Amino acid sequence: MMETCEGPRASRRGFLLGLAATLAVGPTRLAFARTEGDARLVVVILRGALDGLYAVQAYGDPAFAGLRGVLALPEPGQENGLLDLGGRFGLHPAMPSLHGLYAANEALVLHAVAGNYRTRSHFDAQDLLESGAGQRMTSGWLNRALAAVPNPEQARMGLAVGLGLPLLLQGPTPVGAYAPPGLERPAPDLVYRVAALQAPDPVLGPAFAEGMRARGFVAETLGPPGAPDRDQLNFPRLAGSAARLLAAPDGPRVAAMELGGWDTHAGQANRLPPLLRSLDEGLGALKTGLGDAWAKTAVLVVTEFGRTVRPNGNNGTDHGTGGVAFVLGGAVAGGRVVADWPGLGGDGLLENRDLAPTQHLRGVAKGLLRDHLKLPEAAVMAAFPRSAEAPALRGMVRG
Amino acid sequence: MIDAMPHLAVIRFGLGPRLNEPLPTDPRAWLAAQVTTAAPPPEGPSVSETLKARDADIRDRDANGGTPPGQARVVPIIRADQRAWAERRLTATQPYRERLVDFWMNHFTVSGRNGGTRFMIGAYEREAIRPHLTGRFADMLVAATFHPAMLNYLNANTSIGPNSPAGQRNRRGLNENLAREVLELHTLSPAGGYTQGDVTEFAKVLTGWSVAERAEPFNTVFRPQAHEPGQKHILGRTWDAGQESAEQVLRFLAQQPATHRHLAVKLARHFVADDPPPGAVRRIEGALRDTDGDLGAVAAMLPTLEEAWAAPLSKLRPPKDWVLAVCRAMALPPERAEAAIGGMASLGQPLWSPPQPNGWPDTAEGWAAPEGLMRRVDWANTVSARGQQLDVRVVADAALGPLLRAETVTAVMRAGSVREALTLTFLSPEFMRR
Repeated sequence: MMETCEGPRASRRGFLLGLAATLAVGPTRLAFARTEGDARLVVVILRGALDGLYAVQAYGDPAFAGLRGVLALPEPGQENGLLDLGGRFGLHPAMPSLHGLYAANEALVLHAVAGNYRTRSHFDAQDLLESGAGQRMTSGWLNRALAAVPNPEQARMGLAVGLGLPLLLQGPTPVGAYAPPGLERPAPDLVYRVAALQAPDPVLGPAFAEGMRARGFVAETLGPPGAPDRDQLNFPRLAGSAARLLAAPDGPRVAAMELGGWDTHAGQANRLPPLLRSLDEGLGALKTGLGDAWAKTAVLVVTEFGRTVRPNGNNGTDHGTGGVAFVLGGAVAGGRVVADWPGLGGDGLLENRDLAPTQHLRGVAKGLLRDHLKLPEAAVMAAFPRSAEAPALRGMVRG
Repeated sequence: MIDAMPHLAVIRFGLGPRLNEPLPTDPRAWLAAQVTTAAPPPEGPSVSETLKARDADIRDRDANGGTPPGQARVVPIIRADQRAWAERRLTATQPYRERLVDFWMNHFTVSGRNGGTRFMIGAYEREAIRPHLTGRFADMLVAATFHPAMLNYLNANTSIGPNSPAGQRNRRGLNENLAREVLELHTLSPAGGYTQGDVTEFAKVLTGWSVAERAEPFNTVFRPQAHEPGQKHILGRTWDAGQESAEQVLRFLAQQPATHRHLAVKLARHFVADDPPPGAVRRIEGALRDTDGDLGAVAAMLPTLEEAWAAPLSKLRPPKDWVLAVCRAMALPPERAEAAIGGMASLGQPLWSPPQPNGWPDTAEGWAAPEGLMRRVDWANTVSARGQQLDVRVVADAALGPLLRAETVTAVMRAGSVREALTLTFLSPEFMRR
C-alpha cells in the first residue's frame, strides 16, 4: 500500500476506488441473473432456545394443561388469557402486534418444528441452525444464499444488525453491518488512513472497509448520529432502524438480527413475558419502519430448539427439541398455524420429555429462499446442502 | 535481524508492553518464573461478604415497600472489584498469570448478565480460579462448580431431587443446566460422547448442592434433604447417593481423555492460533495426561511450544486484550482503570458479562465484525486525546519493536497530530494482533 500513501488526498481517493472495485467484482455474483422483484427478508435469531409451547400454547391438546402446570396460561377469552390463533393454539398475551398481524393474515405460526440436529447443546445447535448443514461450516446459509443475489452498487445485499456478525451472515459474500453509534466519531480523514493501514490484512482489511461502507450508507439514510443513548441497542429500536435501512430503495435486501436471553431454566413465567414483549415490539417496529416495503417483506423468527414440555424443578424448562417459528410480513400468506401436531399425551413426547418435531426448520427457510427471494434451485441447495429430507415448504408467500 | 522474542513474549503471553518499562531480557525465563512464583493475590470481599451485602439490600428494599432506599451495597462491591481487575492488568508484573486467569475465567464462565451472580464474580475469580492456576485442573473444576457464583449462574442452587424429601414436599425437581454445561463446556465437550441420560443422572448427583443466600453461612451448602436418593449411572459407572458423589463425578470427569483433549484444543487456540496446530494440541494433551492435569506443568510447557513463537502474529486481540494493550502502551495510570472498563463495554466485551455460558469467542471471526472494528477507531481516538504529551515514535517502538511495519511508521509520522498518530498505531494490523 506504500504507493497509495503518496499525497494524502489523491491517494485516499485512489485507495477507495481500488477497494470498491475489488469488493464489487466478485466472481460468484456475476454467475447469477438478477432476481425478480424487490423482496426483503429479515431473519431474527432468538438465542438461548425460546420455549415454543410457552409462546404458542396448545391449549386444545387435552394433555397440555396437565403437563405444563404453572406454565399454562388461561384459555382465550379469560382474564389474562391467551390470544386465540384459531381454536387449538393461543399466543402469549405479551405479543399483541404479532397477533394483529396474524389476524390480518400476515403471520404464520409454525409449530412442532426443529432443525436437522438433535443436540440439546445451545452452542452446537446455534452453529448448525446458522450453518444450515449437518455439521458446522465456516459460513452461514443466509450468506451462501446471498451469493445468488446481485449486489446493488451502494449497499450490500445483506445487513448484520447489531455489534456482532452472526455465523448466519458470515461467509464469502460481503455483507453490511449496522449498529447505532456509542462513542464520539473521529474525522473521516483519519478513518480513511486507518483503512489504508488495514487494507493488506486479509481479515481486518475487508471487515474494516465494510464498516466504513456501512457507516457511510447509514449516515445517508438515517441522518447524522445523535447523542449516545444507553438504550439504543434495545431490540425494538434496533429493529426500527434496520427497517428504515431495508426500506431505502438502494438499501440492503436481507438482514439478520439476534435477541438473546431465552434460556429460561428458572422462573420462566416472570422472565419470558418481557422478552416476548420486546420481540413483539420489534416485529411491530419492522412493519412500521418498512412502510410500503412491508408488502414485499418476509420475516423469519427462529430459535435453536424448544424446551422440555414439563416444567423443571424451578418452574423453568430445560433444553428440548421441537419448538416454534414465525414467518410474518406483507408478502406472507398468513393467518394460519402450520403444524402436523404430534400430540402431547400418550407416547407423543420425544424421549418422554420434548415436543416431538414433525416439520423441518430448514424446509421453512428453503421455502422462503425459493418462493420469496425467488432464488434458483442451485442457490437454495448451496444454502442448505444435503437437505433432501427437508423439502422447501410451500405456500408461505402470497402470489 | 533484531530479536523479536521479548516483544513476542509480552504480546503473545502477556498484555502487551507497558511504556517506559523494560522488556524481559530472557523471555523464556521470564515466563517460567511467573509459573513457579506467584505475586501476592488481589484482595477483596469474600463471597460470603458479598452475599451478606446482597441480603441486606433485599431486606432494606422489602422494608421500604419494594423500592431500594438508596444505592445498593453490592454496587460499590462490583465497582471496586472491576476497578481492581483493570488496575492489576494495567500494571501487571506477571501478565502471563493474568492471561491464564482470564482464560480459565472464560472457560468456567459465570456472567454478570445474571443479576443474582453479578456481585460474586470478583470473589469467584479470587476463590475458585486463582488458587488453582498452577494447581490441578480437577481442583479448579471442583472449586468452580461448587462456588456460589456458578451454582447460582447455572441454577444448581434451586435444583431439587424429585424423590428427595424436599422434592416430595414441594413438588419441585431437577434443573439440568449446570450438569449439562459441566459436561459440554467444562469437561468432556460433545466429542466426549455423553447422552441425555448422562446429563439427567449427573443433574441428580448435583442435587443438594445449593447456596445459603439469605442466611448463614452465606455460602455453598449441601442440603441432604434435597439430594436425590438412589444410585446414579454416568458414562457406564455407578455412584451411590450422598454428599461426596458430586465431587467424585467431577474428579472422574476431570481425568477423562476427552476432557484433556478439549482443554488442549482450547489452550492451543488461545495461545497459538485460531486453527490450533495438531502437534501443539497433542503436546498439551500429553502434558495434561502425564501429569494428571497439572495446570502448572501445562503453563510452563505452553511457552516451549515452537508454534507459539511463530511470526507473524496471527491471533486477533479481542477487545479486552486490545484495550488493555492500548492503555499499557500509553502508560495509562491505574487511576484511569475506568477507561479500560468502559472501552471493553463499548467494544462489545463488557467485563465479566459474556452473553452465554460458553464465554467469549476466541477466534478472529468472533471479533472482526465491521462495526466492532469501527468502534475501535472511535475508542482509540477518544483515549488518544489523553496522550498529547507522548512521543509517538517512542510509543510505537515500545509497543511493537521489530514487529512494527514500515507502512505503519510512515502513516504515524505523517499524522497531523499526536492524537491521530496514536490512533493509527493502535489500529495498525500488527497492534490489533497478538
